[in-house]
Amino acid sequence: MPTAAMRVEDLVNREYQHGFYTDIEADSVPRGLNEDVIRLISAKKHEPDFMLQWRLKAYRHWCTMREPTWQNVHYAPIDYQDIIYYSAPKAKTDGPQSLDEVDPELLRTYDKLGVPLQERALLAGVAVDAVFDSVSVATTFKEKLAELGIIFCSFSEAVQRHPELVRKYLGSVVPYTDNFFATLNSAVFSDGSFCYVPKGVRCPMELSTYFRINATSTGQFERTLIVAEEGAYVSYLEGCSAPIRDENQLHAAVVELVALDNAEIKYSTVQNWYPGDEDGRGGIYNFVTKRGKCAGVNSKISWTQVETGSAITWKYPSCILQGDNSIGEFYSVAVTANRQQADTGTKMIHIGKNTRSTIVSKGISAGRGQNTYRGQVKILKGAEGARNYSQCDSMLIGDRCGAHTFPYIDVRNSTATMEHEASTSKIGEDQIFYCKQRGLSAEDAVSMIVNGFCKAVFRELPMEFAVEAQNLLGISLEGSVG
Amino acid sequence: MLEIKGLRASIQGNEILHGVDLTVRAGEVHAIMGPNGSGKSTLAQVLAGHPTYEVTGGSITFEGKDLLEMEPEERAREGVFLAFQYPVEIRGITNAYFLRSALNAVRKHRGLEELDPIDFLAVLEEKTKVIELDEELINRPVNDGFSGGEKKRNEILQMAVLEPKLAVLDETDSGLDIDALKTVAAAVNKLRRPDNAAILVTHYQRLLNYITPDYVHVLADGRIVRSGGKELAHELEARGYDWLRPAVTA
Repeated sequence: MPTAAMRVEDLVNREYQHGFYTDIEADSVPRGLNEDVIRLISAKKHEPDFMLQWRLKAYRHWCTMREPTWQNVHYAPIDYQDIIYYSAPKAKTDGPQSLDEVDPELLRTYDKLGVPLQERALLAGVAVDAVFDSVSVATTFKEKLAELGIIFCSFSEAVQRHPELVRKYLGSVVPYTDNFFATLNSAVFSDGSFCYVPKGVRCPMELSTYFRINATSTGQFERTLIVAEEGAYVSYLEGCSAPIRDENQLHAAVVELVALDNAEIKYSTVQNWYPGDEDGRGGIYNFVTKRGKCAGVNSKISWTQVETGSAITWKYPSCILQGDNSIGEFYSVAVTANRQQADTGTKMIHIGKNTRSTIVSKGISAGRGQNTYRGQVKILKGAEGARNYSQCDSMLIGDRCGAHTFPYIDVRNSTATMEHEASTSKIGEDQIFYCKQRGLSAEDAVSMIVNGFCKAVFRELPMEFAVEAQNLLGISLEGSVG
Repeated sequence: MLEIKGLRASIQGNEILHGVDLTVRAGEVHAIMGPNGSGKSTLAQVLAGHPTYEVTGGSITFEGKDLLEMEPEERAREGVFLAFQYPVEIRGITNAYFLRSALNAVRKHRGLEELDPIDFLAVLEEKTKVIELDEELINRPVNDGFSGGEKKRNEILQMAVLEPKLAVLDETDSGLDIDALKTVAAAVNKLRRPDNAAILVTHYQRLLNYITPDYVHVLADGRIVRSGGKELAHELEARGYDWLRPAVTA
């Protein structure tokens, strides 16, 4: 008879459902990184010279940098010369003008991933900017948004059609010198999303983007930039899925958000990258730099994330609260099961007066997962009346996982108020048995407990995502239940 | 209703129950008493199906069905309830939500319609009349921050809601003061019906002053060495358990 320990283990094993990969001839660049590769990438994308120069500056800076070692995640050394930095699917023409012109194989890929562009875009009214490997494939609803003056397109397209906006804001929140991976991204970024919402405009639909890593050893380096001008509002959804691969895949994205006076940006992520097999082999390395600048007075930026995938998650979506009365929020559920590792959290930098930040972090560890929360709340000298509330809860499922917390609190203004709460709880055999003895199955018990645990974060997700997130969580913690 | 024959059970290779026989009929209340380490709690846990214990021999038949073949949640849905000696805390769920889910699982099994939160609230209100539990505690996570007495009362509330056929109360009286004991006992008595039964596992005769058992059994060294009516409990209170020991070694 299987022991209870094995039963709990079963629950945290999961079959990665999106394991497959599309057989499409990818238009790749030779492996390795040097100035020639960068020039080649820039040329392939027909970028204006300012962009190439920015990339080269970043690359040269990167050559002087050393990879960080302070993180609480462990991985084999990455050979940066053994990565292909560009991969694009061959298209019939140089760029699809409409969905009809998109390679049908690609559309089928999106169908499998649950992103039927036509259906979703049409019925839900959500514009989808579908990124396949390194090139944007289709951007729907561009015309509708254009009527409102909203620009929502691929980053590559923005570089060509709105260079003045890109030049103005690129690197203003995450400078190319910021950190090892952001600098690398700045040199070799492939594509991503660009969104610009003009003064006083409220974007009427949730904007979304789908990513996928495909070709062998392709590092994916997305770059996203979202700007909300005075009084603007936009809600952006980021969801990912990736196929089963044997080699680890590096995913070093950079996301910059800029909110001007009275503007608000809501950025939600549901992440389900391939997490590696039960022995920790394969799986995506998700090393991301995400930062929002509340540049304007009364501006607000919220980050909401549900991270269940990746072999290693290393990211700190942060807010720079520069404008007076600005608000920064971070809501996160991070799951590490099997042998996944996470070192994630946020940074809230209070600069302006009467700024407020809220941090709610829920970490769930299962199997042999190691989950680390690292958060920084920094209140500078001039931040009169700053307020922060942080709540950091860890849940341990089974007895071989780990949860770690590293809060950094740096307060330089005596009128500031800070609250920090942390708790650790576990779902042990005893609790599951208790639930079973009341007629609940083990799966239901775990699901109930975990959902209750994550409620505060799920509440912040836009409706479509909230349901997806709950299901994803259920699947993540479900085993091969017969 | 319940028939235990020659039950043997061990934990981590050590045999605790060396052949227990017990028969419980509907409408009956049986008390199981015995010295420390005799296997009383083990018996309760084995009935519930706790995975730590391995059944190495014998049989348990519940309502004509093989109980040992059933998973713990199945046994619960069939109507076996264990009031834990040390109820655990479950931080992620409120008592109300937990109870409603449990009740719905049982109802589903019995082919009844599941209750929505509003209907359930009505049920809960009625049941809290049986055992007084502060309303505030109902909306707290399961047993979170409850005192020992509150946890025990919560167990009885759950029993009232789930209406089991067989309730096994594992040392429900331990850690309770006289008043709390009286409250719990009163509740258990209120829940007695001709079609259900209860097994009270207890150390002390005291509980039996308030809940009158039909039968008292003494479990010592893994076996039931003596059975009798409620007078047996008084005799044990006066004489202790040693006088029964020679019967075991013989």
